[in-house]
Amino acid sequence: MFPDERGRFGEFGGKYVPETLMSALVELEADYRRLASDPEFSRLLRSYLRDYSGRPTPLYFASRLTEFAGGAKIYLKREDLNHTGAHKINNTLGQGLLAKMTGKQRVIAETGAGQHGVATATVAALFGLQCTVFMGEEDMERQALNVFRMRLLGAEVIPARSGTKTLKDATNEAIRHWVEHVEDTYYIIGSVVGPHPYPMMVRDFQRVIGDETREQIIEQEGRLPDALVACVGGGSNAMGLFYPFLRDGNVRLIGVEAAGEGIETARHAATMAKGSRGVLHGSMTLLMQDEFGQVQPAHSISAGLDYPGIGPEHAHLAKSGRASYEPITDQEALDAFTTLTQVEGIIPALESAHAIAYAVKLAKTLPADDLMVVNLSGRGDKDVHTVERLIGGSLQ
Amino acid sequence: MTMRGQTAIEQAIRNCYKRTAFIPFVSAGDPNEDVSYRILLELAQFSDVIEVGIPYSDPLADGPAIQAGSLRALQAGMTLPKALRLIARVRAVSDVPLVVFTYVNPVVQYGVDALMQACADAGADGLIIPDLPFEESAETREAAVRHDLALIPLISLTSHERVQMIAASATGFAYCVSSLGVTGERASFATELRAFVDAVKRASSVPVAVGFGVSSPLHVRELAEFADGVIVGSAIVRRCEDIQNALSSGDAARLDDSIEALSQFARELSEAGR
Ligand SMILES: Cc1ncc(COP(=O)(O)O)c(C=O)c1O
Repeated sequence: MFPDERGRFGEFGGKYVPETLMSALVELEADYRRLASDPEFSRLLRSYLRDYSGRPTPLYFASRLTEFAGGAKIYLKREDLNHTGAHKINNTLGQGLLAKMTGKQRVIAETGAGQHGVATATVAALFGLQCTVFMGEEDMERQALNVFRMRLLGAEVIPARSGTKTLKDATNEAIRHWVEHVEDTYYIIGSVVGPHPYPMMVRDFQRVIGDETREQIIEQEGRLPDALVACVGGGSNAMGLFYPFLRDGNVRLIGVEAAGEGIETARHAATMAKGSRGVLHGSMTLLMQDEFGQVQPAHSISAGLDYPGIGPEHAHLAKSGRASYEPITDQEALDAFTTLTQVEGIIPALESAHAIAYAVKLAKTLPADDLMVVNLSGRGDKDVHTVERLIGGSLQ
Repeated sequence: MTMRGQTAIEQAIRNCYKRTAFIPFVSAGDPNEDVSYRILLELAQFSDVIEVGIPYSDPLADGPAIQAGSLRALQAGMTLPKALRLIARVRAVSDVPLVVFTYVNPVVQYGVDALMQACADAGADGLIIPDLPFEESAETREAAVRHDLALIPLISLTSHERVQMIAASATGFAYCVSSLGVTGERASFATELRAFVDAVKRASSVPVAVGFGVSSPLHVRELAEFADGVIVGSAIVRRCEDIQNALSSGDAARLDDSIEALSQFARELSEAGR
């Protein structure tokens, strides 16, 4: 199973970071492997996931959405019901506990939509750790409510003013800060990206989504699903859902990426459709770049998918053909946002709305006895303001 | 025929005898291609080696000054092929060893071997790739050997038991990072710096230079006590901002003065190493 001992998923992954961080990454991997097999760590993590975050999250049969699509049965994995409103907490509880149990007093994080920042600030409060979050200046405007939530939780939020002023540059700033404070600071990366061991570790902390889904669908339907659908920014909610099913060849794995204004335009975040091999944020992966290797700005209506790279394990799954990746535009996501809200009474995060949009398209083409699970990675409270600005006038 | 490649770099630093070698850094094409050429020729008069940065969209190891320099160059249209052309122009009139400083992604995109070939053709002598640690560098090291280019590794205060392995792989020189953090001017150095540099010297057969934070003649004098060379980046690049301002003013005399000021600063840094 991947990654190999060099942190590679096939040709992707690895550790492309300044030398100053190398010892810390080696140490982190050793700490992680030790704690991952420590029954006390597992027991504590399980109890926080259950009693603090509310796991297991339900697997909900969305009958009205199924009827709306008119094809395969659509189940929703309700990660939106987690404490703080998204799957991000699965990872921050894991890494926060790791930081705590290895004696770190201070954590830092990057954030796009602010969901990972909020989830990090939350566990920092829970475990009594100091917390600093880097966030693109543009995202701080788009997601002002989450900025305030982080500050309420006691975190310091530092605007990333370099480059595109979004998630890519917030990640650069977090890495730069980590290089300077590596001796006393734990960096909680928010997705299955970054240098080894992060993509492996974040996947392992998120696999609880897929493990629960597997048990729940067998309990409810007596068999495995035919397709799994999840949105992909860096790819953590998708990896968490897919991972326990990698060896089940009959289960189709579909990641949905943000096509922004369309993949034929310059404004999208469709790394799989348009990216090429290269190094971003410490790992060999696929990214959007020009012919000289300059990283290109991404665009998506959802700040959480507005990222020009993707986790290395996804790059590998795409290359090997085990998973496929489909683009969904801003407009399609927006339509799915209102659809889910109106037919199921569930307001999804704009990120998750991308998965819903594709799921509806796909369900139409499949027979009624096919089973599909869509990861509802987060709830849409944070996006209501954005959506109001876009469609508010049309609702009377 | 003059030497090129790793030997040229190593000899240039060794030939300084009792002086510490002066190694300035500038971004290629900052503030534009022609002025950058003039700057490089000025620096060549006082430098033992010059580091030429390839401007990059995501310079992870760099602080604000070099990020800004990189951005100025990109906005003026600099690209990797144009930077190599600039290096070739400098090479045509100067023998100063030139080291290409580039992040790894442009290398991957160009192709490792193809880029080494292009660097050698342009007359560059070596490369520094700050986000390519030893463990990921096997292919690049082999290509560097094939094209007789130095691959200069960074070694940090946190490298500890990794020092031996990295220092032994160094060609050209070994680059000691003076402190934790990204590039940028600093007031003072870590107290353990000297012991660290001494440890790197024991582990390597090439000269050992110190960079990150070196910003004044005083710093250079301090480091000259134990380093074979000093690298000055941000303090020089910050002066390129003055040059950019002079350039955009359209006043040719002001442009000449700002370049002269940079040149004067380089001379002072170089002389401080005596
Ligand atoms: C609700 C939600 N879903 C998905 C994502 C995208 O991240 P990933 O691809 O790592 O799951 C985010 C990121 O902010 C998010 O908030």
